[in-house]
Amino acid sequence: MITINKENRWDHNLIFNLINEGTSVLDLGCGKGELLARLIVEKNVCGQAVEADPEYVAAAIKNGVAVYQKDLDQGLIEFNNKSYDYVILEKTVQQLYQPLLVLKEILRVGEICLVSFPNFFYKETVKKLLKSEKMPVTSSLPYKWYNTPNIHLFTLADFIEWTKKETVTILEGYAAEGSKVRPVKMPRDNREAEELLFVIKGA
Amino acid sequence: MTDPLNACQKRNKEADPPTSPSSVGWTRSKRVILADRDNPLPLNCGIDLAPVTVEYETYGTLSPAKDNAIFILHALSGDAHAAGWDANWKKDNRPWRKTKPGWWDEAIGPGKTFDTNLYFVICANILGSCYGTTGPWETDPATGKPYGLNFPVVTVEDCVRLHLRLQDYLGIEKLLAVTGGSLGGQQALAWIINYPERVRSAVIYSSSARLGAQGLAFNAVGRQAIFNDPCFNGGNYYGSTPPGGGLELARMLGHITYLSYESMEGKFGRSFQNGSKPCYRLNNEFSVESYLEHQGRSFVQRFDANSYLYLTRAMDYFDAAAYGDGDLAKACYGIKAKILLIAYSSDWLYPPTTTRALAKAMIANNKPVSYIEIPSDYGHDAFLLEVYRTAPFVGSFLERV
Repeated sequence: MITINKENRWDHNLIFNLINEGTSVLDLGCGKGELLARLIVEKNVCGQAVEADPEYVAAAIKNGVAVYQKDLDQGLIEFNNKSYDYVILEKTVQQLYQPLLVLKEILRVGEICLVSFPNFFYKETVKKLLKSEKMPVTSSLPYKWYNTPNIHLFTLADFIEWTKKETVTILEGYAAEGSKVRPVKMPRDNREAEELLFVIKGA
Repeated sequence: MTDPLNACQKRNKEADPPTSPSSVGWTRSKRVILADRDNPLPLNCGIDLAPVTVEYETYGTLSPAKDNAIFILHALSGDAHAAGWDANWKKDNRPWRKTKPGWWDEAIGPGKTFDTNLYFVICANILGSCYGTTGPWETDPATGKPYGLNFPVVTVEDCVRLHLRLQDYLGIEKLLAVTGGSLGGQQALAWIINYPERVRSAVIYSSSARLGAQGLAFNAVGRQAIFNDPCFNGGNYYGSTPPGGGLELARMLGHITYLSYESMEGKFGRSFQNGSKPCYRLNNEFSVESYLEHQGRSFVQRFDANSYLYLTRAMDYFDAAAYGDGDLAKACYGIKAKILLIAYSSDWLYPPTTTRALAKAMIANNKPVSYIEIPSDYGHDAFLLEVYRTAPFVGSFLERV
């Protein structure tokens, strides 16, 4: 079972602030559901979560979230087009077998999507890779090559290429390095951003 | 992380004695007539049934606002005695209750999943059963003899229609929750679809919108076993020898469907009943055989064959999609209750995919839903044997209703 790294949650607060009150939110790969639980209580959102691991599902239900147990790689066929104001996909894309399918699905289901991911071209990551000649272990990629759930690592440039190919509109972008969060700036953040969060919209 | 599914915690196989602080203690069932000639119970088959008696039990205290009631819905062979110890087992001639607490005692009581310190818990015997609620064993006022097969064919909806009258009788406008497993889960579903204003949530275990063809087939064979018993006599066996052999066989078959490959391997494997060598005989050789025979025989002591025919039929007929002209999503359109669906991975009578279909129907209506598939080896019976694993999250689900 994949255990998603839910430790460094700079994106939690940012997503919480980006989501408007009283909206509908679908949180994919919700873990223990803390973010959605907070949104439900403090921002009165109508929330639905999806999570594959039954231990996390139980924990999220315990936290007061409606959670549907499902493996995201199967797509979101049961969800209607544009049925949620927001779809959240937090540091999960890189762990999916079918990342493009799921990205396409969230654009179909959500009016607005919030996607965060680690940037593999982050300068410290690249430095570690070149220096050690081994797969880099960093705070945002805290795994060895043999036990990592991150099976589809990619860079900011890869992501931007995908948005262009699929005519995805980027509404907002944020870069995080350590504990500092700022609006994303290209091309600097190809190397400077450790993790990224984008607010996107389908064509 | 702490284990929210309680998987590491072993099941407490010792039943809570009546003196235990987590037991509801000694219980006394009540009976009430909820349909009479002036106010009969309309059934799906078109017949108006009267009189109709309901046997029920309650645990805990109804709040002054009457907003803390949970209705427990039992499955095929269950009864109103869901928790605690029957103080009247002798008087009511139910000796099997002497050594066992109620059927969901692990789930109901102070500090348990359905916490009687917080909630007023109701459980009632269903229509067509044989534990105090009107069924084929009861006297038909038209003939003065037991109904037998003259009892009308009843449905899950009829059971719920009757229990709604109990809800009215107890003065409860809105239930906090309806809950149950298997056929009980289907009653919960019928309740929230047909009476959306009368219940605020549903916790549905090991159940689905309908029984599959495999389940229909098992029920059909069970009924044939009863029909073919020489004592069956067209259902007119009251006062003489009941069709025990047929009912025993039906129960043995049914019991197999409640277990799983893994649980049967774990519990019996290929072990022999006597020692480690075969005795080269045709009967009672393997442990699993004598276990099933024991299950069958003890069931005959406490159940009525006609009730088995009627209740398996009620189970067969139920199809929630019928409320939406075959479309389950359409059927769920009017549901207002908060829903928690619990499936167990090794259940092959109501497989998790069929429980998931209910979740999908809710999602298709943009209604929030919780669906969890708990890894378990206990098959369909897991909702009885492993209900304790759901206590941590069901408790907080109910608190937030």
